[in-house]
Amino acid sequence: MRICRVLGSVVATVKHPAYAGHKLLIVQQVDTDGGDLGSSFLAVDTVQAGPGDRVLVMSEGSGVRQILQQGDRVPIRSLIVGIVDQVTT
Amino acid sequence: MYLGRVIGTVVAERIAAGLEGVKLLLVQPVDDQLAVAGPIQVAADTTQAGPDDLVYLVGSREAALALDPFFVPVDAAIVGIVDQVYAPERR
Repeated sequence: MRICRVLGSVVATVKHPAYAGHKLLIVQQVDTDGGDLGSSFLAVDTVQAGPGDRVLVMSEGSGVRQILQQGDRVPIRSLIVGIVDQVTT
Repeated sequence: MYLGRVIGTVVAERIAAGLEGVKLLLVQPVDDQLAVAGPIQVAADTTQAGPDDLVYLVGSREAALALDPFFVPVDAAIVGIVDQVYAPERR
């Protein structure tokens, strides 16, 4: 899993039915000092995260299907599964 | 998942089983600032997207789950047409 910063959100009306009712956020992976790593990407939110939050993002389809419980044909790969309070190294 | 801009269409008459009739679009992946992010790719469309549309895509195995019938051989699928991108926390 990756630690990311929430940059904002994406709004879409026309979308695959599996995305209906889900909040889609723009996230940016960060290092332990808060610096950006790589390009931003999109993740479905399950924890009511918002812009500026540091979050835990899982990018693995089987785990997503376990959590969302929408059957076994869910074309969603990245999911925000936690809001990070503290990281110690 | 990631954002992309539709820049064209791809037609292939001879194609792998399961992909007959699937609309293939040429997509330029972009970041939250809509700047180019990586090489152009071909994606299967599930949303009736068209040229210049800003879309979001899902990659890897999950792309195959977006199509009906599912588990066709694709590794990128367009799963939404973007109305608005809001990124207040971009520094």
